[in-house]
Amino acid sequence: MKTSKLFLILPLIGMLSCGKAKTDDKGTEGSSAAVSVTIKGSDTVLPLAQKEAEELMKTNADVSVTVVGGGSGVGITAMIDGTTDIAMASRDLKTEEKMKFADKKVEIEEVIIAYDALTVIVNPANKVSKLTREQLEKIFTGQIKNWKEVGGDDAKIVAYSRESSSGTYEFFKDEVMDKKNYATDILNLPATGAIVQAVGQTKGAIGYIGLAYETKEVKQLAISYDQGKTFVEPSVASAKDKSYPISRPLFYMFNKVNAAKVKTIVDYALSAEGQKIVSEVGYIPLN
Amino acid sequence: MKTNFKQIKEKVIESILMLSSAATSITVILIVFFLFIEGAGVFTKKPIDKGFLLAVNESNPVGKLEPSQIKDIFDQKITNWKELGGKDEPIVLFRTGDITDYYTEEELGENFVNFPDKINELMAKTPGIIAFFSDKYVNKEFKGKEVDINKITVYKFLSGEEWFPTAEPVAQMGVKPLIYGTLWVSLGAILLALPIALAAAIYLSEIAKKRTRNLLKPLIELLAGIPSVVYGFFGLVVIVPLIQSLFGLPVGETALAGSVVLAIMALPTIITISEDAMRNTPRAMKEASLALGASHWQTIYKVVIPYSASGITAGAILGIGRAIGETMAVLMVTGNAAVIPHSFLAPIRTIPATIAAELGEAPNGGLHYEALFALGCILFIITFGINMLVELVTNRNSHKKH
Repeated sequence: MKTSKLFLILPLIGMLSCGKAKTDDKGTEGSSAAVSVTIKGSDTVLPLAQKEAEELMKTNADVSVTVVGGGSGVGITAMIDGTTDIAMASRDLKTEEKMKFADKKVEIEEVIIAYDALTVIVNPANKVSKLTREQLEKIFTGQIKNWKEVGGDDAKIVAYSRESSSGTYEFFKDEVMDKKNYATDILNLPATGAIVQAVGQTKGAIGYIGLAYETKEVKQLAISYDQGKTFVEPSVASAKDKSYPISRPLFYMFNKVNAAKVKTIVDYALSAEGQKIVSEVGYIPLN
Repeated sequence: MKTNFKQIKEKVIESILMLSSAATSITVILIVFFLFIEGAGVFTKKPIDKGFLLAVNESNPVGKLEPSQIKDIFDQKITNWKELGGKDEPIVLFRTGDITDYYTEEELGENFVNFPDKINELMAKTPGIIAFFSDKYVNKEFKGKEVDINKITVYKFLSGEEWFPTAEPVAQMGVKPLIYGTLWVSLGAILLALPIALAAAIYLSEIAKKRTRNLLKPLIELLAGIPSVVYGFFGLVVIVPLIQSLFGLPVGETALAGSVVLAIMALPTIITISEDAMRNTPRAMKEASLALGASHWQTIYKVVIPYSASGITAGAILGIGRAIGETMAVLMVTGNAAVIPHSFLAPIRTIPATIAAELGEAPNGGLHYEALFALGCILFIITFGINMLVELVTNRNSHKKH
């Protein structure tokens, strides 16, 4: 009974949403501003781009910006196909993608608009306060299973990761785990907030989050990328001077042919106001 | 004239009713059809990204690899061809991006024009290589040998034990842990919910005074109206730490946590349906039992429960149905580790949670996307079976009555 009722409602919802979509289209067409720009790509950059677009449109009525997520790969593919003006990306172009652009004889301009850093977090009761990249790799691929193997108490390691849909998941895998796959018994949580919550209440837990999310309920680890010679504490300062290794630049990329069209948006992102939004959203400004 | 108008009005109402029921049925059939068409696609493709290939040196005797072997190679768990029946040669991994480790940008030429030649050269001079790259860069005098990868069969899909749908170069599509996880959580939920729900239903229909009943029933029904994400959050913040400290576990996100949350969610369904069934017991039967000298409790378990057994079963099965399809609450409390569970105190991953978490990222029409639809098909078959069971049970009941 319940399901059949639901199915009755479904087409109705469909119709309603169709109707709505149509009016939306008309709206944008009617108010077509002097410049209308689409930004598409990384979900990491999305909140930043969205906020900047809103602020920009408030002050400048001539610009209309549409921001769409989907992931860095999606944005770059869309730029190859010419369906977006700006691609936002949380990583540099891959060799494969450079080849695709070379095939199409398209020249791409990449602009770094902010930095993002990942911090590795553990429960505050954990004695361990630093790990090397190799140890992290072994923990997340399941080779190290007990904290005493890395200098902690005799307790099982419970590793938390984001879901595979997250750009952070891919970034951690590529950057820290040498592109190896996560162990099957890693716990996957749907949101960064859930990871903070879980690590805060689980004694043997380890997880990774964006620097912007740091709270007092969890302890951040210092990381070494040179087999344990130097350990660097994660902080906005160490991410800015690039001494903290697990950080990444966030990009706006666009076709050089379109440079004039997207200039307002890129300039705004790099302006003092734009960089202030970067800090507000929780990323690391350029300077 | 007036009757004529009335007739027309009735005709119009009738046709509107008919149309809406037809639309409903067609929608249901279309959705199922769509689900199965999309899901079937996973069995027609190789588990490697379209347009890419895996190649080895020409002299390498290994020509066919299982997806799981390829994953182990790229995870550096298998490091020598000897382990795969080849020569005693260490395996050299190569992904397209690694080309810059071997050749400078100048050597590759402007716009990578020399890439096909260079990769050919590299393949020829490295006997232990296994390379993963786009088939666009295979030129005519290509010296390597393409590795044959088996398609995913239905059997492999159902019995595979690893779920890495986004692994490169080859996706691992084994849904056994997900099916097990779904069934375990639902089974646990029903084991927890059924006794409590039965007790509550008996109390409400037979023992409680009218005033208590009028107070309690809406409260229980209110449970059904709470959004599942709220249950999930409640589970994550309250039940997970509770289970962790109660059993002294390293981690609280377990199948048991999922079962407890789902049991709470299934309670109103089971209570409402079984209570209705109990209250349908004819007054004459109960009075006859009491007149024969049976006590109140004897009447309940000798007359009321047997009479309403099919209603109780239907309620229980619908409760399981709700538990199996539940997404958000489970996603938040079970830990989502795709391993085959051996205990209720270990993390598991369910089918609905997997679909919800991954569909957003799966590219439309790709292998991962189709695999998620195939998961939807499995879920559909399970719940369809359960609904058939309800139908069967309630039909048997109506036969008995007449």
